[in-house]
Amino acid sequence: MAHMAEGVEGLRSVPALLHRNATQFGSAPAYREKEYGIWQSWTWAETEQEIEALALGLLNLGVNEGDFIAVIGRNRPTLYWSMVAAQSVGAIPVPLYQDAVAEEMEYVLDHCGARFAIVADQEQADKVIEVQDDLHQFEHLIYVDPRGMRKYDHAHLHEYSHVQEQGRAARDEFINELTRRRDKLGYDDTCVMLYTSGTTGKPKGVVLSNRNIVETARNTSDFDHLREDDEILAYLPMAWVGDFIFSIGQAYWTGFCVNCPESAETMMTDLKEIAPSYYFAPPRVFETQLTSITIRMEDAGKLKQRMFHYFMGHARKVGPNILDGESVGLVDRIKYKLGELMVYGPLKNALGFSKVRVGYTAGEAIGPEIFDFYRSLGINLKQLYGQTEASVFITQQPDGQVRSDTVGVPSPGVEIKIAENGEVFYRSPGTFVEYYKNAESTADTKDAEGWVATGDAGFFEEGTGHLRIIDRAKDVGQMADGALFAPKYVENKLKFYPNILEAVVFGAGRDRCTAFINIDLTAVGNWAERNNIAYASYQELAQHPRVLEMVQGHVEEVNVSVAQDDMLSGCQVHRFLILHKELDADDGEMTRTRKVRRKIIGEKFADLVRALYDGSDEIYTETEVTYEDGRKGKIKATLQIRDAKVVPVVPAKVAAE
Amino acid sequence: MKDSQGYVTADGRQIGGVLMEMKNITLKFGGVTAISDISFDVREGEIRAIIGPNGAGKSSMLNVISGFYTPTVGEVWYKGAKRPPMKPYEVARMGVARTFQNIALFEGMSVLDNVMTGRLTHMNASIPAQALWWGPARAEEMENREKVEKVIDFLEIQAIRKTPVGRLPYGLKKRVELARALAAEPSILLLDEPMAGMNVEEKEDMSRFILDVNDEFGTTICLIEHDMGVVMDLSDRVVVMDYGKKIGDGTPDEVRGNQDVIDAYLGVPH
Repeated sequence: MAHMAEGVEGLRSVPALLHRNATQFGSAPAYREKEYGIWQSWTWAETEQEIEALALGLLNLGVNEGDFIAVIGRNRPTLYWSMVAAQSVGAIPVPLYQDAVAEEMEYVLDHCGARFAIVADQEQADKVIEVQDDLHQFEHLIYVDPRGMRKYDHAHLHEYSHVQEQGRAARDEFINELTRRRDKLGYDDTCVMLYTSGTTGKPKGVVLSNRNIVETARNTSDFDHLREDDEILAYLPMAWVGDFIFSIGQAYWTGFCVNCPESAETMMTDLKEIAPSYYFAPPRVFETQLTSITIRMEDAGKLKQRMFHYFMGHARKVGPNILDGESVGLVDRIKYKLGELMVYGPLKNALGFSKVRVGYTAGEAIGPEIFDFYRSLGINLKQLYGQTEASVFITQQPDGQVRSDTVGVPSPGVEIKIAENGEVFYRSPGTFVEYYKNAESTADTKDAEGWVATGDAGFFEEGTGHLRIIDRAKDVGQMADGALFAPKYVENKLKFYPNILEAVVFGAGRDRCTAFINIDLTAVGNWAERNNIAYASYQELAQHPRVLEMVQGHVEEVNVSVAQDDMLSGCQVHRFLILHKELDADDGEMTRTRKVRRKIIGEKFADLVRALYDGSDEIYTETEVTYEDGRKGKIKATLQIRDAKVVPVVPAKVAAE
Repeated sequence: MKDSQGYVTADGRQIGGVLMEMKNITLKFGGVTAISDISFDVREGEIRAIIGPNGAGKSSMLNVISGFYTPTVGEVWYKGAKRPPMKPYEVARMGVARTFQNIALFEGMSVLDNVMTGRLTHMNASIPAQALWWGPARAEEMENREKVEKVIDFLEIQAIRKTPVGRLPYGLKKRVELARALAAEPSILLLDEPMAGMNVEEKEDMSRFILDVNDEFGTTICLIEHDMGVVMDLSDRVVVMDYGKKIGDGTPDEVRGNQDVIDAYLGVPH
C-alpha cells in the first residue's frame, strides 16, 4: 500500500498526518457538516488552514506545551479541529461527554487541571462557567456558537471565530513557534486523554500516545481495507475512544471524510443522505432501528406486510451465506436478487445502509436475531471487542468469519492470553501509557511486561480461534450453592426482546436469581396502542397487568434457554419486577455509555431487592430522580413482583473456573 | 426611568424610542364597542404584553395593529408617521408580522414551505420566472431559502424541516408559526396567545425562544397572553384591558399592584 511505502516514521502525530493529507489529497473532502439544510464541506487543504488559524490563535492566548484543553460538544468539524489544533501547539485535548452535568465536568476539569476549554454553545459554556470558580488552573473559555453569549462577561471568554481571526492576524508572530512545536511532536508524546466512563468509582484519565493512535489506526485500516474515498458519519460522543479512533485516527491515517449530522434529532435523515461506507453503532442503535422497522411494518398494508415477511424469511435463510461468499443454489440466488429489488434495497436505502462496506457493532452483546437481520440484508455488520485502554481494538471479526456469539480474532499486532480465572489479558501497540495521576490503578491494570487486564472473562473457541466473552470477570460470581453466576449473560438474553430495554440480574451469594426489568417505551407503547391499552405515564404502563404478563412470558422463555447451558442453568430468574423509572446516567445508575452500574443500582434500590427475596407480592417505593436541568424530584410507586416459572435442573456444582 | 429616548430594563437591555403608537383607538362593530379610546405605545426592542380577561378586546387590538381592522376612531402611528388605513398585506410589507391564536398554517405543506411563505413579502420575481426557477428568481429563492434556514436553525426545528405540518403536535405547530413570522424579518412581531394550550415544558421552550428572538435580532415583540406567570416574566411593560378599556399600563410590578387590575381579574360587580 502507498502508506506503507512512506513508513510510519515521518508520520508521528495527527498534525503530521494532517499535513500529509493536505499535501497528498488536498482537494478531497475531509469534513462535511449539515448546516442550514445544506452539506457544507471542507477539503483537507482547507482543514489544514482552519486548524492552523486556530492553533495560532491558541498560541496568542498563551497555551503552553503540556496544557490540557477540554473539548465539549456534539460532533462538529470545529471541535475536531480544536483537538488537532491543541495537538499542534503541544497541548493535550481532553474531550468530555456533552451530556455530563456540571459536577461531572468539574471533576474531570479539575483532575487534569485544564487551563482552556473549547465548547460548542451556550449550554456547555454555562456548565463550565458554573464550576470554574472552583477550578484553580482554569483560565480561558472558547465557544463556537455565539448565540445567546453576547451579554456574557468576555474577560476570559472568546468566540471561536475571533480566536481564529486573531491567530491569522498574528501569523507572522507565531508561525515559527507553531512550526517548532508541531515538528517536535514525538511518537511517545501524548496524543489525547480520554476519561473512561467507569462502571465503578470516579472516571480515570486514559493517556494515549501518538504511537497508540497512529499504529492502531494503521493496523486496523489495513485490516478492513479502508480507503480515502470512504465516508463515515460521526455521531457518537466525541469523548468516547471509538469516535476518536474512527473520526480522527483512521480518518487522518487513510484520509477519508468525516460527516457531522445537523443535530442529534436529524441523525437518521443525515445517515440516509450520506450513506456511509464505513459505519459504527452500538447494539442499541441497531435495536432501535429494528424496533422502528417492526412497528412501521405492523402499520403497513397487508400486501406490503406479506411481501416483507416473505422476502425477509428468504433473506434469513440465505442472506448471511451469500454475504460470507458460501455456495448458495441458483434458485435461491435469483430469489434473493428479486428480494433485493423489492425489499432489501429500498429498506437499506431508507436506513442509510446502501453503501456500507464495513460495519461494526461493539460495547455490548448484540442479539443474534438483530445481528442476523442486518447481515441477511447484505450489510457487512461485524463485531469487535475493545476498550479505551487498548485504543479500542482487541479483537475483531474478519470478513467472511462473522458470528453473533464471538467477538473475532485478535486485531493485527495484538497478543492475547487468558488467565487461569478466565480473565482476558492483551498486549498491543495501542496499549495505553497510563492512567493520569493514578499510578496505583495503572499498576493494577497493566503489568511490567505490558499485559493489560480487561476485566472480562472469556475463552478462545476451539477450531475457529475466535474469542468469546462470557461476562465482566468481577461480575461472574457464585451463588449460594456454588453454581456459576453470570448476570450479564442472562441480562443480554432478556434485552434481546424489543420490549425489554434494560435488565439487572441479582443472585451473587444468594440461593436464586431475580431481576429488575426496564420496558422499552417505544415498543411497549406501540403494543399498548394496538391492543387498546390506555396509559398516562411510563410508570402506569410499566405496572399494567398485561405488560407484566408479557414480560413474564419473556422471562420464562429466557429461563428455558438458560437452563440448556449446563454451567449457567442456576442463573434462571425466579422473581422479577418492572422498575418504575428508566435507568439513567443522570441518576448515576448507568455510565454515559449506557452500561448498568450493578452495585449502585443494588444499593439505591435495596428495598426492591429485599422485596424480591422476601416473597412479598408488591412493594411501595420512593426514588429520587434528577431532571435534565439538574433539579431533583421524587417518584413514588407501588411495584408488583412476579414469580416466573423456572426449568428444574439438577444443581450442578461447578466452581467458577 | 422612562424618557423619549427610551429606558434601560432591569436586566440591562437598552430600549429605544417609540416604534408604534396607538392614539385614542376606538373600534365599533355596529352597536358593540370592542375597544374604546385606548392609547399606548410600543418602544423599539421591547417586549410589550396586552393582557386582560376573556372578551376584553385584546385580539381586536392586535388586529388593529396588524391592519386587519381599521379603527372607527383614532390613529396608528408607526415609525414616526401616521399610518393611513391599509390592507393587512400592506402592513406586513411595512415590517409587521404575526402569529395567530388558532394556528393558521398550511397543513398539507411541509414546515420548510410554510416558513418560506413568510418570505413572500421579500419576493419580487414574476410567477413565470419563479415557476421556471430562472435568472433572478433563482438567486432570489436561494437567498430567501438561506434566510429561512437560519430561522429553522434558530428555532431548532431542523428535524421536522420536511414534515407536513398536519402531522406535527400542537406545540411544534406554534413554533413553526413563529418561524414563519420570523422569516419575514419583521420590525415588530405580534404574538396572539403564543402559549395557549401548551404544557409547562412547551411554555418554557416558547418563552426561551421569544426572549432569544428579542435578544438576538432585536425584534420588538407585542404579545397577548393569558398565562400571568409567563407575561410577568417575559414582558418589559404591560397594557391591561377590560371590557374594551385600558385599566392599567406599566411594568409588571406596577401592574401587579394596580387595584383596577386586581379587580378585573378577581372579579367585581360592574
